[in-house]
Amino acid sequence: MTSPTPAGAPALIAMRGIVKRFGEFTANAGIDLDIVAGEAHALLGENGAGKSTLVKILYGLLEPTEGEIRLDGRPICFEDPEAARAAGIGMVFQHFSLFDNLTVAENIALVLPRGEKLAGLGARIEAVTKRYGLKLEANRPVWTLSAGERQRIEIARCLLQDPKLIVLDEPTSVLTPQEAETLFATLDVLRAEGRAILYISHRLEEVRRLCNRATVLRAGRVVATCDPREQSARALAAMMVGSHIVDVRAKPADAAGPERLRVEQLSLPAEDMHGVCLVDVSMQVRAGEVFGLAGIAGNGQDELFAALSGERLAAQSGAVRIDGISVGRDNITLRRQYGAAFVPEERNGHAAAPDFTLSQNVILSRHATGGVTSGAFVDLPAARALARDIIKDFDVRASGADPAARTLSGGNLQKFLVGREISRNPSVLVLNQPTWGVDASASAAIRQLLIDLARQGSAVLVISQDLDELFEISDRMAVIHDGRVSQALIARNTTREEIGLLMGGADMTKAIHAH
Amino acid sequence: MRIDLEARSAPSKVIEFCAPLLALCAAVLIGGGCIALLGKSPVDAFSVYFVAPLAEIWSLQEVAVKAGPLILIAIGLSFCYRANLWNIGAEGQFVMGGLAGGMIAIATFDGAGQGVFGSFWILPAMLIAGTLAGLAYALIPAILKVKLGVSEILTSLMLVYIAEIILDYLVRGRLRDPKGFNFPQSVPFDDVARLPFLMEGERLHGGILLALLAVAIAAVVMRRTLFGFDVRLVGSAPKAARFAGFSDARVTLAVFAISGGAAGLAGVCEVAGQIGQLQPVISPGYGFAAIIVAFLGRLQPVGILIAGFVLSLTTIGGEGAQISMKVPLDMTRAFQGILLMCVLAADVFTRYRMRISFGGRA
Amino acid sequence: MSLQILELVLVTIFSAATPLVIAAIGELVTERAGVLNLGVEGMMITGAAAGFAVAILTGSSALGVLGGMAAGVALSSLFGVLVIFLAANQVATGLALTILGTGLSGLIGAGFIGLKREATAHLSIPLLSDLPLVGKLLFGQDFFVYAGWALVVAVAWFLTKSRAGLTLRAVGENHASAHALGIPVRRIRFLAVLFGGACSGLAGAYLSLAYTPFWAPGMTGGRGWIALALVVFASWRPVRAFAGALLFGGATVLQLHAQAASLGVPGQLLTAVPYLATIIALVVLSLRRRRGSVAPASLGLSFVPER
Repeated sequence: MTSPTPAGAPALIAMRGIVKRFGEFTANAGIDLDIVAGEAHALLGENGAGKSTLVKILYGLLEPTEGEIRLDGRPICFEDPEAARAAGIGMVFQHFSLFDNLTVAENIALVLPRGEKLAGLGARIEAVTKRYGLKLEANRPVWTLSAGERQRIEIARCLLQDPKLIVLDEPTSVLTPQEAETLFATLDVLRAEGRAILYISHRLEEVRRLCNRATVLRAGRVVATCDPREQSARALAAMMVGSHIVDVRAKPADAAGPERLRVEQLSLPAEDMHGVCLVDVSMQVRAGEVFGLAGIAGNGQDELFAALSGERLAAQSGAVRIDGISVGRDNITLRRQYGAAFVPEERNGHAAAPDFTLSQNVILSRHATGGVTSGAFVDLPAARALARDIIKDFDVRASGADPAARTLSGGNLQKFLVGREISRNPSVLVLNQPTWGVDASASAAIRQLLIDLARQGSAVLVISQDLDELFEISDRMAVIHDGRVSQALIARNTTREEIGLLMGGADMTKAIHAH
Repeated sequence: MRIDLEARSAPSKVIEFCAPLLALCAAVLIGGGCIALLGKSPVDAFSVYFVAPLAEIWSLQEVAVKAGPLILIAIGLSFCYRANLWNIGAEGQFVMGGLAGGMIAIATFDGAGQGVFGSFWILPAMLIAGTLAGLAYALIPAILKVKLGVSEILTSLMLVYIAEIILDYLVRGRLRDPKGFNFPQSVPFDDVARLPFLMEGERLHGGILLALLAVAIAAVVMRRTLFGFDVRLVGSAPKAARFAGFSDARVTLAVFAISGGAAGLAGVCEVAGQIGQLQPVISPGYGFAAIIVAFLGRLQPVGILIAGFVLSLTTIGGEGAQISMKVPLDMTRAFQGILLMCVLAADVFTRYRMRISFGGRA
Repeated sequence: MSLQILELVLVTIFSAATPLVIAAIGELVTERAGVLNLGVEGMMITGAAAGFAVAILTGSSALGVLGGMAAGVALSSLFGVLVIFLAANQVATGLALTILGTGLSGLIGAGFIGLKREATAHLSIPLLSDLPLVGKLLFGQDFFVYAGWALVVAVAWFLTKSRAGLTLRAVGENHASAHALGIPVRRIRFLAVLFGGACSGLAGAYLSLAYTPFWAPGMTGGRGWIALALVVFASWRPVRAFAGALLFGGATVLQLHAQAASLGVPGQLLTAVPYLATIIALVVLSLRRRRGSVAPASLGLSFVPER
């Protein structure tokens, strides 16, 4: 399928029949993509649809198994990203390819073509950042910068080489709504200069606002091309998923029940020089409610999660209470025994051991509450049975009877891990970014599970940077910024803008709809 | 030329079993090449190294005698390496174990201090003292690691040199046999301070039984207990282990204690079994060779049992080769290094598929 | 008179520090690229044996130096292929390298035990070399000492000022990001490993050609391990590694003098001083720097790019 090229303009980039296989897995199964100068082209698709693989091929990071790329009509073959950059392709990565201990200028210097002198780099950086309104200090080390500033480095790094095409992979996932607006303004300027933009995002409203063409991928193939401005976000979502997504049943909470999780003036020093310290965090989560905690990554979410789970201990035992019991000085095993359960952000390596089987990963958290151990010994048959039950009850697709955790897809592993915790009916459940990198149908299933658990009388705390998700499931919300947590707001009485301002660090004491 | 590695979705059982065998074959071929370079016949060398020691009862006994400490130490080290902690100072812990046990034997020499209790307690006391001494010596790097974050690799290794110097100093000084014509060695231990011999010929002593016992215990602990699960989890995914509620500090101390205790026990078995007295040097490098045994055995108890015998075989063979073929003893050391490298290289194939491409892009 | 003694002590300190400086600078570059090579001791001793053997066979110290370096490079290339291209465990492979190097040095050196050579020549500049106190120190050393100084300066410049040094640091800091930018992570690491090997070989050659101009099995006596500790102690900075090496050189000399002066402490026990000092140095360092780490962030981790 060829995309309708607007006004018959010649394609700047033409990718034809791109196939990429990793072992037995086919990530791209024959993709065609045309990009015209001056357009903003959206690349849409679920996690695992093949978007990242395709742009890595375009940037010379991966070598296609089959297929051809043409630049201005000439077939090209990028040996490495340096060749792609030289040909005028710039890339802004989702997980920034920056070096924390190097300065802004050093980070930029790394991608300059071989042989280019470092002298005068500072002046050139200043010229570019000024021209596009990207505020940056050349001599600051990266680890002191916010996510927005880091992204500006990546963009400035691209622009220094005067690219014809800029690829942005999920650029707004780490930005506040206000920072995103600034980014869009920059992108508009770049387009006006005749540069093409390939924009990858799962935020469909953004795509509709920014892009004039969209290519939709599903399971490694192009399933649709369209003008996103003429489609509803819902219609775009249906193209991505291939079926209708069930809405989460969000019936309002009953009159809020008793308090089950209480955090009181919790402060925690940073663990290392790149860490965030928690300052005076207080909040309460009641039985029956889903409490959403919004915030941009790196504002203390991981530290708060560790303090709640007991992976790090608070100074005072009263700083964290589960069902009235002071647990601030208790370890995670004891907190589990008091009825709490936890699902951390990182699936492979934190919530689960990637090389361990699913049944062993059941033991990982469930040994605290019994059923999979007898005395000092592990009860392997019991663990296997429990893993089987979780796989069945939570619709986990796994190959083989008891495969290693790392062989599961993100969505299926997350369903398994959420199921591992929910299946013991916890009184308090704390989750960090529960649907990050999870496909749409699994995300919907997980959100439904969380609401159902809350309605049965548990207290559910969801830490997430996905505002859509939080507005969909939360009864009350708060924002974490720079290690501080705002007052709680009633979700249905608040707006994205208000939360966005708090995420950007607006004065927390002035929150209007204080509860 | 480019080498690309593709992760396997699941480690292949067949390859996991074959990898150490393949590595052994590769090392034998490379070693044969080295021998040829020295101007000797590799075929003769192969028979001297791998066949001759198996041909006679006494040399078979010798193989088992040397395999004992290797297995015992390697079993202990496997706990450390499973937890991704690097105790490379087993040699020092072995020396300290031998020294502590030996000091009891010297103190009770010739019936001294046996009093009303008789002598039945001496050997058990030596074994316990040796184990505890090795354990305590291993806890030094463990505590420095847990409390101060000092790299256990360097400290445990430095402690080897220190242990060797202490032993050397004491054997030349305070512990020297006063009637020993000024030779730097202690009194020969009494029979009650010696491990019983298992076979005629006074070679094979009870140490090998302790090694077998350690293999059995390790097999159960590793596979069946929560502690074994804990150790493997800390090594495989440390953050997940913390999430599981296991304390890395406790695991660090525990695995160092286990490996140090095992090495100390091996040390006391060596002086109470094989040597029968203290000498300035009591280990022909068991503590380092055991590292190879641990990896050659893929850190699995039964694998270590087999690997211990294989490595012992090459050591005995090396001694034979020195006598009959004038091949320097260092050949054995070099061969062991090559073997460990081959094992580590072969390990790659259990985790990855390799693709080698030549020239430009395919 | 006392000035002469002081000069002698200083010269001894500098020569004792030289093998540590050279080996530590090599390892420092390797580690800055993110590779931990624990095989320094093995490469060093093989370098000592090979250097001495080549020097005897050819009668040339210069060729001996090259021979020692070549041995270090050969062993480190073996290590590099295993840990960089086959993603083998760096700690275990480094140990294997030390075991192999120890054995290999015995094989190489077997025929050369008991032979002696003149130590390599010392610089001699009329007037300058005779200056009081600093004459011998600055203008009367052998080639290796100057090579060590040059290495410190060159590597310090390379790491902080050059483009290639920046790339090397980036690779050690975050190999995934470096790869995403198209930096050839594995090639740079391999070169850094080879450089480390060459330095270790050079340090070994110093021992057998200049420091004690003969070959003896096990003559490195743990200096490779001390060099490894020095890199940590120096927080991965070349000039600090040089200062640290002087401290260790000082400890060694102190031990020799204490032995001569028979201070009541048994001489044998004093031989433990360098090892004990290493442990103490590491402990002191960790006390001073409790939070955070200055180690290259990818140190010791394997990198397997997908393609």
